[in-house]
Amino acid sequence: MRILEGAGVTKSFGGRKAVDNVDFDVEKGEILGLIGPNGAGKTTLFNLISGSIPLDSGTITYEGTNISGLKPYSICHMGLGRTFQAATNFPDLTVCQNVRMGAVFGKKRIPEKKAEEITERVLEFVGLSDSADKSMKDITLACQKRVGVARAMATRPKLLMLDEMMAGLNHTEVGEAMELVTRIRDSGVTILMIEHIMKAIMSTCDRILVLHHGQKIAEGTPAEISADPTVIEVYLGE
Amino acid sequence: MKNLLNEFRANPKKAVVPAVVAAALILLAFLPGMTKPYTTIMLGSVIMYVILSLGWNMFSGATGYISLATAAFFGLGVYTSAILGDYMPLPLLMAVGGIAASVLAILIGVITLRLRGVYFTIFTLGVVKLLEVLILYLEIHLNGTRGRFVVSYSFTDVFYALYILLIVQLIAIVVIRRSRFGKALTCIAEGEDAAQHIGINSTRVKILCFAISSFAMGAAGAAMATRWSYIDPGIAFNANYSFLPVLMVIFGGAQSLLGPITGAAVFAYLQELLTTEFPYIYMLAMGIIMILAILFMPRGILGVVHDLVARARKRKEAGRDAHT
Repeated sequence: MRILEGAGVTKSFGGRKAVDNVDFDVEKGEILGLIGPNGAGKTTLFNLISGSIPLDSGTITYEGTNISGLKPYSICHMGLGRTFQAATNFPDLTVCQNVRMGAVFGKKRIPEKKAEEITERVLEFVGLSDSADKSMKDITLACQKRVGVARAMATRPKLLMLDEMMAGLNHTEVGEAMELVTRIRDSGVTILMIEHIMKAIMSTCDRILVLHHGQKIAEGTPAEISADPTVIEVYLGE
Repeated sequence: MKNLLNEFRANPKKAVVPAVVAAALILLAFLPGMTKPYTTIMLGSVIMYVILSLGWNMFSGATGYISLATAAFFGLGVYTSAILGDYMPLPLLMAVGGIAASVLAILIGVITLRLRGVYFTIFTLGVVKLLEVLILYLEIHLNGTRGRFVVSYSFTDVFYALYILLIVQLIAIVVIRRSRFGKALTCIAEGEDAAQHIGINSTRVKILCFAISSFAMGAAGAAMATRWSYIDPGIAFNANYSFLPVLMVIFGGAQSLLGPITGAAVFAYLQELLTTEFPYIYMLAMGIIMILAILFMPRGILGVVHDLVARARKRKEAGRDAHT
């Protein structure tokens, strides 16, 4: 079953097509990777899906409902969560408070007690329970990215979009992040992720979609993608 | 309320600010009976500035959108009293003035709060000038006059009216800060994009906050007008009511309740002192003080106090270490 579907999605910035007539679909329960060189339009596509910027043309359908033109908060309430490339956490709040805000304002209005329960559960899930009361300045980049994921998780999404969660992390941290992504999927959340680290993409994703100059140039399983001549030429290299 | 008391018991440091504010308020309540009339009049003006600064900080401090519409809200309150003063008592005048200000805030908000940054600021200042010119035009062409006489209340009445308004405003600020709405404001200040993506309708939250914060400004205008007896558009919509609260918050320190209160109180008192003692160099002196304040106390008076306390504590700890 498809949870998210895009048809003819297009967005231009001053005459340059950042996302050009892209069709895509995300199956429920899968991990779909979105890759491509810098400036390929990956983050723009994320912004279009999450409602941060309006589409020029095309439609995006989430669980059978057309969500193009909706505001980010309604899209979030429908169960679509996202993180940002730069860890855009709330810098003056603690780890716990950051996650708590996701629980308070997420999918639907819940009592304070429930929000606290969810916060605790999510912190435990991503392995941040011990840092709950730390300030955002006092934790590593890997942890900051985890806070972003936790805050999005706390909004109780069915589909989670991760924008370069592993960029800037060291070898061990990448491994831990991969393990976290798989665990999130196993808990029943579908994942759409942008990533540059090939090892991570190839081993965690079920399917991969490749963007280049705003256009979709390939789509398939990791094995198919790594053997695709066009992808090798523009992105992977020999 | 019970929660709050428990919190104070658990962490007595948290109770310091509320205790200081409460003590100052109790002291203020008895002042009009004990001092010269002049002191009451002056304190009335100081309270007015405290209300404007707190109101300004409630929205602009919380969301980072710099509003210069304060004079528009204040002036609407002034004109409410000028027009309706003969027909209703002072508390009702203040309520109507406050509501008029909130309605204007919602209008401004719906039009502009989708915009970010400096556009919003310029627009709000434009609203002040627009209202001033528009009302002047209407008065001259419809009534053949420039200004109006306003129903007059004693300065003691006005003092207590503003005093009660201040208390209501303080309670509103504390209640909002602890509510879900207050949390949404915090998120918007911390990062509006991220706030929207965790499910906050940031435009609605901003408009609502703008409307709530401007209520006290309109109500303050309605009260002050009854002390002035004559007003015209230039007096009611004086752009100083937009700029001074901003300067006062910078002067006092934007963080917490105490910053705007201290800033407005000290600044308004200084202004009063300088205008009466040095009328010819008052503007010059005020300008120099403001420049020095920005250069040497970028986080305001409270920032300086905070640093001094931190330094004293460090020295004490160092002394203790030296002994052991």
